[in-house]
Amino acid sequence: MTLPSFRLSEDPGPDFAALVRRMGLSPAVPDSPVDARLTITHGTTCVAVRYSGGVVMAGDRRATSGNFISHRTIEKVFPADRHSGVAIAGAAGPAIEMVRLFQLQLEHYEKVEGAPLSLEGKANQLSQMVRNHLPAAMQGLAVVPIFAGFDTARAAGRLFQYDVTGGRYEEFDHASTGSGQMHASTVIKMGWRGTLSADETIDLVLRALYEASDEDSATGGPDLLRGIFPVVATITSSGFERLDDEDLEARYLSILGQVATERGGSR
Amino acid sequence: MTAPFYVAPEQMMQDRADYARKGIARGRAMVACTYDQGILLCAENPSRMLRKISEIYDRIAFAGVGKYNEFDQLRIAGVRHADLKGFSFSREDVDARSLANQYAQMLGQVFTHEMKPMEVEILVAEIGHDSVGDQLFHILYDGTLIDETGWCVLGGEAEAIGSRMQEQWVEGGTFAEALQAAVDALAGPDRSLVVSEIEVAVLDRAGPRRAFRRVEDEDVTAVLGSNDTNIDT
Repeated sequence: MTLPSFRLSEDPGPDFAALVRRMGLSPAVPDSPVDARLTITHGTTCVAVRYSGGVVMAGDRRATSGNFISHRTIEKVFPADRHSGVAIAGAAGPAIEMVRLFQLQLEHYEKVEGAPLSLEGKANQLSQMVRNHLPAAMQGLAVVPIFAGFDTARAAGRLFQYDVTGGRYEEFDHASTGSGQMHASTVIKMGWRGTLSADETIDLVLRALYEASDEDSATGGPDLLRGIFPVVATITSSGFERLDDEDLEARYLSILGQVATERGGSR
Repeated sequence: MTAPFYVAPEQMMQDRADYARKGIARGRAMVACTYDQGILLCAENPSRMLRKISEIYDRIAFAGVGKYNEFDQLRIAGVRHADLKGFSFSREDVDARSLANQYAQMLGQVFTHEMKPMEVEILVAEIGHDSVGDQLFHILYDGTLIDETGWCVLGGEAEAIGSRMQEQWVEGGTFAEALQAAVDALAGPDRSLVVSEIEVAVLDRAGPRRAFRRVEDEDVTAVLGSNDTNIDT
């Protein structure tokens, strides 16, 4: 690989995605519907919920191809940089590629410009990426992310939901995406209070994913046998922190106990 | 029509080299050296905004002296090269040696083929997983690539600064010792440097994935303030 150099009028500036395009490294868009002939691996339910200290983000671990479970341990929640995270649903391949490009975009900007983008700027960048992906989405490779972060300028957590055309919508209490989104967001809506603590928010998010997996076959539930749990992360003033599996296991055991109690022993 | 004067190639190269050296000597110097936990980069730089030292990749830093716009252009090309390489292959495949070679090629090309050579001297530093893996690549205006061990000096008066560095620097010393040696070497016996005139950054072996970190003024003062006569804090 040689050092990239450009004429002044063609210089991509701090935009890594533009640099990738200029170097001819972006994939070609398929010219006919891909999903008509091939089974595409899909990732499913992700949620993000705001609380006073920041944001909790979570996603289940299942990927499906049609009615098959193709992966049990896929990850759909990623750190975007120190103070933000991105969660994805949709065609798994292009979605993970989009996340990689987005992570690099933020880091590249920070290095070239010597200062990080604002949270708003990051949200807009992701919006452009989803918009640029529209031709591929039209061929059956849709990707719909959620972006969440801690806005250090405002000292508050913020959430952004997207649609397949790149539409960017800031949400105030919660955001969700994927096939289980309806069930998950209903649970969150019923349980959400402005006064929730970090702990309570995490439990609410886990309960929401549990209920989504109970109703939607494409969403994976907690797998106590194999020790597979959703990816859950908090994003606060101290940054993106992922919860460990032991913690999640304990929380899920208590949720399952709670569900059993609610049923009052009826089977 | 008159024929152009014949200039011997030796003379032409000599003139270009003199031109580049003069340009570089006008700016202020910088020093890089290893210490027990990483690599220290320390530059004399009165500007807070126009940096001489910066991050290229997870374990790679860049420093340049001479003409700011020229080395900044090289810095950005380096960030692009590294990020593209990491994107196409993997983060582990990005290394300082290949980047230093690219820089050497580019500077050599410009030196022989363009109207004017670049008036810069640059450094590509990479932190290893242990001190044996630490690398310092020093690249001159004509594309000469030098693989330095322990420490290196870039810019005008490199010889004087280098001999002071030779006396003061100890292998495997602490961060404080390394910083003290670097600042003393840059200042020399007859001059004092204030903290706002030096730019300090490290590649920290024990740090997170991105090992590059700027050292804030307070931390520099904490090291130098107590026992140094050359520094007015």
